[in-house]
Amino acid sequence: MILQYLDFERPIVDLENRLEQLKRLDDGTDKGVKEEIGKLEKKIGKIRKEVFSNLTRWQITQLARHPNRPYLLDYVNLCFRNFIELHGDRAFRDDPPLVCGFAELEGQRVVLIGQQKGRNTNEKIQRNFGMANPEGYRKALRVMKMAEKFRLPVITFIDTPGAFPGIGAEERGQSEAIARNLLEMSHLKTPIVVAVIGEGGSGGALAIGVGDEILMMEYSVYSVISPEGCASILWRDTAKAEVAAEMMKITAPDLKKFGVIDRIIPEPLGGAHRDHKAAGDTLKAALLEALLPLLSMPIPQLLERRYRKFREMGAIRRKAGGAA
Amino acid sequence: MAIRLFRKKDESDRKIKIPEGMWIKCDACLEIIYKPEVERNLNVCPKCVYHFRIPARERIRAVIDEGTFVEFGEEMESVDVLNFTDTKKYVDRLKEAKKKTGRKEAVITGKGKIQGDEVALAVLDFEFQGGSMGSVVGEKIAITAEVALESRLPLIIFSASGGARMQEGTLSLMQMAKTSAALGRLSDARLPFISVLTDPTTGGVAASFAMLGDVIISEPGALVGFAGPRVIEQTIQQKLPEGFQRAEFLLEHGMVDMIVERSRLKATLSTILRYLSGSGDR
Ligand SMILES: [Zn+2]
Repeated sequence: MILQYLDFERPIVDLENRLEQLKRLDDGTDKGVKEEIGKLEKKIGKIRKEVFSNLTRWQITQLARHPNRPYLLDYVNLCFRNFIELHGDRAFRDDPPLVCGFAELEGQRVVLIGQQKGRNTNEKIQRNFGMANPEGYRKALRVMKMAEKFRLPVITFIDTPGAFPGIGAEERGQSEAIARNLLEMSHLKTPIVVAVIGEGGSGGALAIGVGDEILMMEYSVYSVISPEGCASILWRDTAKAEVAAEMMKITAPDLKKFGVIDRIIPEPLGGAHRDHKAAGDTLKAALLEALLPLLSMPIPQLLERRYRKFREMGAIRRKAGGAA
Repeated sequence: MAIRLFRKKDESDRKIKIPEGMWIKCDACLEIIYKPEVERNLNVCPKCVYHFRIPARERIRAVIDEGTFVEFGEEMESVDVLNFTDTKKYVDRLKEAKKKTGRKEAVITGKGKIQGDEVALAVLDFEFQGGSMGSVVGEKIAITAEVALESRLPLIIFSASGGARMQEGTLSLMQMAKTSAALGRLSDARLPFISVLTDPTTGGVAASFAMLGDVIISEPGALVGFAGPRVIEQTIQQKLPEGFQRAEFLLEHGMVDMIVERSRLKATLSTILRYLSGSGDR
């Protein structure tokens, strides 16, 4: 994988490269080099802390879309065992941006569903940049229904710019496919844990996002429309995406505050892309923590709880003055 | 999720907004038509059957038996939870919409009768912020579905919306899940839901309750789709075919059950209701 850096990562990366060079020079004899290494390490720590404790929502959006960020299939290797992929919606075709399969999470058998982006140009095209077509959502629904039938819990990973806006997608009912998943997931008789691992882009994300526990990686985003899309409609200027990201408040802490998500999964220092293994370990622990209590919950209670969760989302003033 | 509400600037004048004078020009056939005649004709062009956009109030008048409509939820108002400002403040946009429509939000909900049969009803109002769905619209739709469930009534929703309301951020996205979940319960109770799509029904409204009807009816010519035509054109870098995402296109592709002209809508709804009602009691 070719490592790529965002603008605001640059100062850290530059210092890290210098540190690498110094470390190569260090043969244990030169006290000066040792001191220099120590100083540099401190400095890197300090700068990284500064940068990462003051990230703007736009910078977090960029981290969520980072080209080196772990994707669904990376986490399949990092957190799961015995993955078996399942293909096709049984009606039209298989949709590669949406991946479904059986997997084992620490011995617990689950059904895993999520969007997959591509790492290089070929993969990106093959995965349609993580943008699913209706048949992708219908495949997901087919597999979720199977999970219900065989009493397997469902784990979904959200990572998409959105559902694909294309002629064929409209012809085959993109809106119906998304809507159907929302309805069916809301009363699917098996536990569902949702994790936003990167980009949660609007209806195309939510179409696999209705569940009992909603988790979000620290540097992921979840929004009604992309900041660029919002900027283009409201400001008629995509360059206002940065402002739009700020305005829409699309980060994990924002959404925790609004009651849209249940927990935030911390990422390794500098973001998940800096340490896939560490990101995978934390994600796995969080998934288990979210899933295990659900497994012993009676289904009617689980469904009532799920219904209430989404039913209560929103900000409404019912009478002059009071807000609920 | 939300899409550009107007594809062309002049399209915003599509809804009937007539200057002085008794004569107007039809947007579709460009014929000069007599305004009182258009109004008598439920705001459908007598020359070419073009369906003008109509406000929610008029919609209710056209389908609900006179004197039977009882509104609920009219006191609910949006909260600017994000402190959102684009080229205008969201609170100011809300104020303007309230002033323009005399209503507090983009949907009217209540109970009423269609040829004697009681129904729960929600009608989106495109005149209020493009009928966009924020927390209040989502809540009122969910409440209407729950009223239908409790009172064992069929549910009818008229959609007219550009999609989710961006100014309420991810909370507006979540209204798609909320409304669909409420419809799930209605469906589990075997109570009918008829969805009527009017021009336009797109974005997060299309991708939630609007496409979940047991029976889906569209008005002729209505724009119905997930992504806006401009977004699609930009993505695929090609021009869209004539009639793309119009009601007739949806019918052809199997996405709606029927296209019904405004003049026949009430009678059609009544007939369908009689086929579907009663099952909930058994
Ligand atoms: Zn005409």
